[in-house]
Amino acid sequence: MPGGSEKEAIIKVRGLVNGFGDQLLHDHIDLDVYRGEVLGVVGGSGTGKSVLLRSIIGLNEFRAGTVEVFGTDTANLNEAHMREIEMRWGVLFQEGALFSSQTIAENIQVPLREYTKMSQELMNEIASMKLSLVGLDETAASKHPSELSGGMKKRAGLARALALDPDIVFLDEPTAGLDPISANMFDELVKDLQQSLNLTVFMVTHDLDTLRATTDRIAVLVDKKIIVGPIDELRKNPHPWIQEYFSGPRGRAAA
Amino acid sequence: MSTAHDATPSDARARFRMERKPRLLRLVAEGQWTTKDAAKLDVALRGIDVGDAVDAEIDGTGLEKLDSAGAWLLVRTKREWEGKGKRVAPIALAEMYGSLIHSVEHEHTAPPVVIHNRHTLEAFVTRIGKATIHGAKQGLGILGYLGRVTVEVTEAIYHPRGNLRVAALVHQVEETGINALPIVGLLSFLIGIVLAYQGADQLKRFGAEVFTINLLGVGLLRELGGLVTAIIVAGRSGSAFTAQIGSMRVNQEIDAMQTIGINTVDALVLPRIIGLVIALPFLTFYADIMGLIGGAVMCYFDLGITIPVFMRQLQEAVSVNTFMVGLIKAPVFAFIISLVGCYEGLQVESNAASVGRLTTRSVVESIFLVIVLDAGFSIMFSIIGI
Repeated sequence: MPGGSEKEAIIKVRGLVNGFGDQLLHDHIDLDVYRGEVLGVVGGSGTGKSVLLRSIIGLNEFRAGTVEVFGTDTANLNEAHMREIEMRWGVLFQEGALFSSQTIAENIQVPLREYTKMSQELMNEIASMKLSLVGLDETAASKHPSELSGGMKKRAGLARALALDPDIVFLDEPTAGLDPISANMFDELVKDLQQSLNLTVFMVTHDLDTLRATTDRIAVLVDKKIIVGPIDELRKNPHPWIQEYFSGPRGRAAA
Repeated sequence: MSTAHDATPSDARARFRMERKPRLLRLVAEGQWTTKDAAKLDVALRGIDVGDAVDAEIDGTGLEKLDSAGAWLLVRTKREWEGKGKRVAPIALAEMYGSLIHSVEHEHTAPPVVIHNRHTLEAFVTRIGKATIHGAKQGLGILGYLGRVTVEVTEAIYHPRGNLRVAALVHQVEETGINALPIVGLLSFLIGIVLAYQGADQLKRFGAEVFTINLLGVGLLRELGGLVTAIIVAGRSGSAFTAQIGSMRVNQEIDAMQTIGINTVDALVLPRIIGLVIALPFLTFYADIMGLIGGAVMCYFDLGITIPVFMRQLQEAVSVNTFMVGLIKAPVFAFIISLVGCYEGLQVESNAASVGRLTTRSVVESIFLVIVLDAGFSIMFSIIGI
């Protein structure tokens, strides 16, 4: 939203530079994510969508620039401060990244056990509630991740990401590898949860249907820069990659 | 007639108070009901005495913040009271929490999850039982595989269809044999030194130092040379076989081979087995020699036995039979190591974690089998009197 300065920027990226060797990936990009919005991040293969996500959540050291989350620069935080911030976000990795030696219920309880002093009884109740929120039934709770399908793993991963009721969730290609029906259901789930839990969602995705169904704004990574706007505004952008992306056969089908 | 009291300290971020009228029980929630304070709220809420009021109300309109954990606590309290026969009015909340409380109250009816304690006696016995059955299955599996490989090897030898991959075979000989020379050489050299040193130390007491050479010759040639080499190769090449074939499995390369019509035993297993069966006897021979050199060096420095004396004594101590007994075991060890390595590689499931697990298992199993076989050989040789 241009000129939307009255909105609170929950994530503020300024002058971010990333690269591998001689190859520059991000050339001084700026990005604001506002509280309560769903931001989709798209871009061709190798444009650094996941690197951007990893830079924000502190898994990737960037060359220059600053990343502010909840108004705090994450670069030079001590461990205690970083933990406080980490408690307020949840991340769903591409393959779910569930801990394979633990059951789904135990996976969901890992953040609860780490950050709160809840009784086991309450944790069991909360794990069950989170599973209901992401649309998994109680039979999934005692299973190990290897016994679940791809879509169920993503739901379970989302339940773990939501365990502490975070303010922000980061989703890395949440619908990749899902069949269209599961993908649609996942889109609806994200939208529902975003509304009922008042989440801010930062989502890397390739799925045009997802973009259309869930996002408020879209950030496009092109030419090492980032272009942000609502989907209808981006459709009018003359940049050839953006035109090809939104107006190609798939883009038109999703419209 | 209303009794109001704080159930939680008033300075807490999350607090509630109870109001009791003769027929009405009221819970007024205030502050921030979030995950952070859920533990404290949980304890306080469970301690509420519901009394004998007929009606109950939960008032959350004064809440500053509510998340799903807080919402669950409200819903749980409501359900508990209903279970005790109270008529509970719908939870009163600010409008912005409407969809949250709806999701928690109406879409969540499942019971709490059950976490199984893995440290009970029952679980322990179950694990033992499972491990036993698994071990038996594993043994059967390897036995079955042994059969299949034997058939394929025999076929490859008696009816060569040109399906023996010579390039792959030579590569395996290089990889498992020639590339293992430094480590095998160094270790057997050191074992020769240790054996000579310890032997000399003990035999010196009887003035029989010269028999150190007998100990060295028989010990190394008959047992240790072959055993140590086999164990090193099991750790080095057996694990590599499992990891290589296993990662091909994870990568679906084995599936691709099968769809193209390539026999995986021909392409992957036979070159490895035959390659190692060729390489290990040579490695064993080399280890024998390196061990004897190590022993000779030690004898020279520790006991002052010169090389010509060493050679003469060695010639008297060991016969060709001793040497052959050590060497004849090598192809059998090689066969077992490569068989187990390839078998476990093919057992890998489609996840990366199982590659690591099965690689470990492959090494443990092949070392175990090598030592068991060695014991078997000892018994056999003593019966036939070699």
